[in-house]
Formats: sequence, C-alpha cells, structure tokens
Amino acid sequence: MSTDTVWFRPPPRPSHTPQPPEQPEPASVDLTIDGQAVRVPADWTILQACGSLGIDTPTLCYLENLTPVNVCRICVVELAGARTLVPACSRVVEPGMDIRTDSPRVRLSRKMVLEFLGSSVDLSTAPQAQAYAARYGACPERYGQPHAPSGPGERDAREPGHHHAPDGSAAETVAQPVKVDNDLYIRDYGKCILCYKCVEACGTDAQNTFAIAVAGRGFDARISTEGNVPLPDSACVYCGNCIGVCPTGALMFRSEFELRKQGQWDESRQTRTDTICPYCGVGCTLSLHVQDNRIVKVTSPLDVEVTHGHLCIKGRFGFEFVHGGDLKADANPEG
Amino acid sequence: MFGAGGGTNSYREIEETDVILLWGSNARETHPIFFHHLLKGIHNGARLYAIDPRRTSSARWADGWLGLDIGSDIALANAVAREIIAAGLENREFIEHATTGFEAYKQALEPYTLAYAEKETGVPAHAIREMAHAYAKADRALICWTLGITEHHNAVDNVLALINLSLLTGHVGRYGCGLNPLRGQNNVQGGGDMGALPDRLPGFQHVEIAEYREKFDRLWGVPVPPKRGWHLSEMLEAMEHGTFRALYVLGENPLQSEADQALTRHRLESLDYLIVQDIFLTATAQMADVVFPAAAGWCESDGTVTNSERRVQRVRKAVEPPAGARDDIAILYDLARRLGHDWGEPQAEAIWDELRALSPVHAGMSYARLEAEHGLQWPCYDDTHPGELFLHSRLWERPVLGPRVAFHAVEHDPPVERLSDEFPLRLTTGRRLDDYNTGVQTSGYASPMRRGESLDMSPEDADRLGVRSGEVVRVTSRRGGIEVPVRIDEALRPGLTFMTPHFQDEVATNILTIDATDPRSGTAEFKAAAIRVERLGVT
Repeated sequence: MSTDTVWFRPPPRPSHTPQPPEQPEPASVDLTIDGQAVRVPADWTILQACGSLGIDTPTLCYLENLTPVNVCRICVVELAGARTLVPACSRVVEPGMDIRTDSPRVRLSRKMVLEFLGSSVDLSTAPQAQAYAARYGACPERYGQPHAPSGPGERDAREPGHHHAPDGSAAETVAQPVKVDNDLYIRDYGKCILCYKCVEACGTDAQNTFAIAVAGRGFDARISTEGNVPLPDSACVYCGNCIGVCPTGALMFRSEFELRKQGQWDESRQTRTDTICPYCGVGCTLSLHVQDNRIVKVTSPLDVEVTHGHLCIKGRFGFEFVHGGDLKADANPEG
Repeated sequence: MFGAGGGTNSYREIEETDVILLWGSNARETHPIFFHHLLKGIHNGARLYAIDPRRTSSARWADGWLGLDIGSDIALANAVAREIIAAGLENREFIEHATTGFEAYKQALEPYTLAYAEKETGVPAHAIREMAHAYAKADRALICWTLGITEHHNAVDNVLALINLSLLTGHVGRYGCGLNPLRGQNNVQGGGDMGALPDRLPGFQHVEIAEYREKFDRLWGVPVPPKRGWHLSEMLEAMEHGTFRALYVLGENPLQSEADQALTRHRLESLDYLIVQDIFLTATAQMADVVFPAAAGWCESDGTVTNSERRVQRVRKAVEPPAGARDDIAILYDLARRLGHDWGEPQAEAIWDELRALSPVHAGMSYARLEAEHGLQWPCYDDTHPGELFLHSRLWERPVLGPRVAFHAVEHDPPVERLSDEFPLRLTTGRRLDDYNTGVQTSGYASPMRRGESLDMSPEDADRLGVRSGEVVRVTSRRGGIEVPVRIDEALRPGLTFMTPHFQDEVATNILTIDATDPRSGTAEFKAAAIRVERLGVT
C-alpha cells in the first residue's frame, strides 16, 4: 500500500496520447497485376499486392505470423522478363513489374505442385489443399496406385544418397505409421507436405526451442527431432505452436486424433469462442473449440497482438480441469 | 508506481528496446508468450541481462547473467546506481526536470561500491559495472521483474530500488523505456485495478479521499467506510488475535498457497466461520462451513480480465458449467438478496458499465470497443481515447505535468531467516513451465514434462552431502520438515536449493517456507527460507 500521499490520486492525464516513434512513410511502387495498375508500399510482397486487388493467391507454406520460406511453390506467379515463375509470398514488389497470376503457365505449375503433393501425401485432413486441387484440376491419380506405406521408423532411417530410384510402377508416397509418443499431440507424417511451418514456429519465428528440423534429402526429407528421438526425449516443450501452423493436420491434438479415430470428430457440431487464458498474467487469447460442451481443441487468432497466434503448453493443453475427471481437490492460490 | 498500479509499457515495446534487465523473473517458463516478444527484441539486437540467483532458461538467452545471492537485490541495484553516477552516466536533465530527492539518494548510495556489492551479492564487480553502463547508455531500456523481487520481506524496497534506476537514467515515460512487473495470474492486474486492494477504490482512487468516496456513496446509496482495510497478511494475523472472525474466500486456496502451512491451518481453524467459493473442493474448502460451487470464470462465464500490459480483455462463456456450479456474480447477487439487497439480474456488462461510470481510467472501454479492438489498455478516458501505449509520458512535458516523482533511498536488508550451522542451505521457490501454483488447474492435464516435486540442488552440495539424484531426503526448516527426492541442477550455485509449490498434496513445500512479510505489501518471503538436508536412515 502506498504511504506516499501525493499518489492517493491517479496521476494527471498527459497532454498528448503516448505514441510510438514515427516511422517514415515507405515509398510506393507502381506495378501491373493481371493488366490492372496498382500502387502499393515498397516493402510489400507480390502476395500482399495481389490481396489488395482481391486476388486469392493459393498458399500452403505461407502464414502471416511466420517468415516466408517459399518452399511449396504454389503461390508462384508469372513475372514478365523473368526466366522462372516467382513466389508471390516472398518476392517484394519492384517498380514496373508486370505480373500475371492466372496464366496457363501459372495454372499448370500450380496444378503440378498439387498433383505431386496429392499423389505422395495424405491430404484427407487438409481442406485448403483439397480446395486448391479442385480449383486447378489436379489429378494425382494419374501417377498410378500409391506405393505400400513404409514400416515404422523406415523413412526416418534413410540416409542421403542411399535410396533407389523408383521403377514407376506405383506412386511414391510418404505414407507411414502415425507417431503417438505422448498424451498431448500426435505426428502423422504421412500427411506432411514439408512446408517448414512447424520448424519455423519451433524456431526463431516464435518459440525458439529448435526441437525439430528437416532431416534427409530429396524425397527422403522429413521433419525430425534431433537424432529422431521420441518427443518426450527431445527439446520439445509442448507449446503446440507447430500444431497451430500445420496446414494439413499432420500435427494434431491427441484429443482430435482420438475423436477422429472413433468417428466422433464433427466440426459442424463445434463452436469456437474466444476468451483469455486462466494461467499467468500475459493475457493470451484462447479460441476454445467446443463440441458437445467439451473443449476439444485450443488455438489463438493470428491477428491478436499479444499472441500472434502462439501459445504455451498450459494455454494450449491445460484446459482439462474444466471437465473434472480424476482431478485432485485443489484450487487457485495467490502468486 | 507514481499513482498508477501497473506496468508502464506494452509488450510490443520490448521488441524495439535496446537493453532489457530481467530481474528476479524466469519469464521463459513463467510468462512464455511475453518471452516471445522479448526474444523478438533480442533478435532485433537488444542486450538482455538476467538478474537471478538461478541460471534459469531465461538467463541462457542473456548477454549477461548476474547470479546474485538471494535477497541481495538492493545491494546490487544500489551499486548499479552508484556506478552510473560515478561514471557520469546519469540523466541530469531528466533528474532536474521530473524528480525530487536526488541528492539524498546519491548520498545514501555512497557505501554501495562495486567491491561492497561483489561481497554482498556474489556477483563479480566487472559484471555489475558492465550492466550499469549498458543500462545507462542505452537509448531505450526496460526493467521487467516478477516474484523474485516481490516475494521478500522488503518487497516494496526492492521495487523502489528498481524505480530509482529508471529515474536516474530517464528510462521511463518514453517508448521502449519503463518498469514492468509481469503479473503471475491472469487477473492479478485487474483485481487491483477493480479495487481489490485494502486502500483503493476502483481506478486507484484512494478510499481516504472524500471526493472519491462520495462518488461511490452517491451511486451505491450507502457510505463507503472512510479508512483503508487490511491486506491478506494482516487478515491472517488478525485471525490469530481473534479480531477477525469470518472469512469469505473466492477462488483461492490459502491453506496450501500461504507460507508456513502449519501456522495458516491454525489461523483458519480459529475462525468462527469460513465460506469458500471455488470450482473444486480445495484443501481450504474442506475446512469451510459453507462451500459455494462456482463456474470456471475464464470459460463458463462472461466478464473481463486485465493483463500485464494493462489491457482489459473480454472473457467469454464457451461451455456450460457442471450442474450446481454457478457464475460467481450470480452467487454474489443471491447472497445480497438474502442480506436484503435486490440488485436485479446479474449481468457482467451492466456491472462493467457501472465501473466505467466510477473509474475515469476505464470510462472509454465499452464492451463493444473491447470486442472490436481485442481489448484496450488503461487509462482510456473516453469513447474515442485509444488507451495509453506507455505510462508517464507527462514526466517529459515542459513544464512537467503533475507531481514530480521521488527517489527513495533504500538499504540492503538480507532475508529475515539467516543461514546458520543448523540450517545452512538457502531454499527458494518458483514455478515450472508446465505446472501452475498449487496444481489445481494443471494437475488435470497430462504434461509429458511433469516429473513431480524435487529438491533441486547444486552438484557441489549433492557431493558434499553424499546424495544421489532421485534419492529421497529429509528437508527441515525452523517450521517443519518434509521428505522429497533430490534433483541435481547445474543452474544452481552451491548453497542454493529450489522447490515449486505445484504438488502440495504430495510434497507440501509451504511447510518449509517462512511467513515473514513486507508490512506494506503483505507479501511473504517465499523466496528465502533456511533449511538443512539429511539423508534418510543415516544418523
């Protein structure tokens, strides 16, 4: 309690509302997209410029809270004078660019990418990728019957330069058993498109834990913990920010995984309500996904300044106490 | 501080500051998403100094770790200040413009030489000097702290010592500069803001000022008692003296969360009447005469909480509470009705609007705006005010607007419980990443990292005592003893041990802790008990 009587009253209101230091206005750039002239800030990407014209550019590896790694190549656009297609997500606008976003070359490239992904990866829990495949008329089936799945740990043991070229009789896939090694989340790398988002979220873009990275080369490349150890033996701190950014359901809450297995997962019966985490005083927004009056998943909106979509283990997984169960009788102390 | 009880800055500012002093806080584990913002600052080039007796996971990110002895924070802060002045790095202009009491403060610092501080804190003089120079020379610098500063018998002095540093260097009231206590619970900030303090009405309006009281008298139609009340520690003491007879506990588990559990039990048992309102039948609730089953505030009811950047945020009902459990305000309204006051239908928004009419710093925060703008930061004076990004910019106005702020000379005062031959080890307490307080909420989920309670100790002490990792030992303080397995932790210096409060049902850490409290803040010295460790079956 204050004993300083001068502070018995709140301090006076400042004459001006506190503001961050003024940033110089970025220069603007004129360019043409699909024949339309557009003027945008010089630090924008082609993706942002397309967005300002209402052009829906497909992306899989891009997310606004992560640094673009431009690996999925589905956002490519045609730039007049450029030898190759350019990734819209990371290429910054330049004066006089003449860009086509829906040319036959762009459509073909996007279609091919989606076919390669669709023929080799299980996209059954990737609604966005499915929608793009339909949009671009991708036919992954034309690569033939899928190859038999790899056995447990088989893909993880592959070393660069040691694989054999496929004989073309079947479509190569990344199909493999689901990794279930803890109670909070599962890793189903048969659904992984190697977009790197989980690596980025675990790394410098958010969590800075660096528990996972890409191991292997070429078609053997895969996301791995250090030395391919199970998660409980790894550096993982179970923030689940990798789940939050995964576009294909390869990383999934254990609760969602089990409900899907039982055929009980039903998003049409789910509500999503934003509230604030009950733990520490940072004030993270939690989006509670509720089915049949039970919390089945927790996410955080990307556009909230406190979290930028990222949470810690308690915020993401620490909700079970609400539903009782075998809890100890215990309560919320001072701290 | 300076009449407004909240951290001065927004999280985004730590991303764009130059020097960060993280003092008595393991934010990497206790405030993980705040630490994301801090890491952005580090990636943007900020220098981080971690001042902590333990080499925590936060300290591993630091440019400098100052591993001071428990409870020597003021000796360190004063030495930093003395060095800043000795090197001529103080902000003369700001000191003359916006502060008072500098000369007395400067004189009081005289004994706090680097050599003295090295002796008292255990931190090498050159490390103190380096941090002092980095902090003072920075264009922007922030100090953040948590319970390593406040869970001491001289908590208020510890905070004042840090405030002094910001005044000395002018690192307050500007973007990217300031003082930030990181709040430990999701509405500690809001509780204080709403007047859950013994001396304040909502919005930091002091109860002993008639003008404020009358405003509330008029709206409520009853006179507000004109004198400040008791804080928690005073209440607990009064129970023992029979001057405090009935207690109504909402959402707290004092039997397990207060220091010195045996004493707390005795005090609660001496009450005539104990009411507990909670979502679980807690250890405290099991002692109660009446228990009101409550809904979980954060997901089974509507309302607001306020975070560590003063942001008022909406909580929303997402699930129905279990049968019989009710919203806190519904219980309170029914209780009022039984006591002869009909407050009508309990509605969170109506209560909030009443608050807005009484607290000027919240006046502009309608529910509609809180929804649309992902919360608003106080002070927010009217419907068009954006809320303040950082506080105390008035101190830089010419002439300075409102009262100047005072330096407070504070003296080093080591923990109440000294080490002795009988109790030669220091025990400190804190949280882990995946668990929380007495474990009520976190015991419900299956954290793969959870490993139960342990007495963490340095490899040197383990060697000296001849104990192995995992061996169960007897730990004794002047208040009691418990048995707990040892875990060897290289982050601890010799002489320092660490436990958490997370597993009170299995290992009651608070049997060991001391209830020496700061008379001004009421916080107990959870950070500094004296213990001895004995092997079982060895005499």
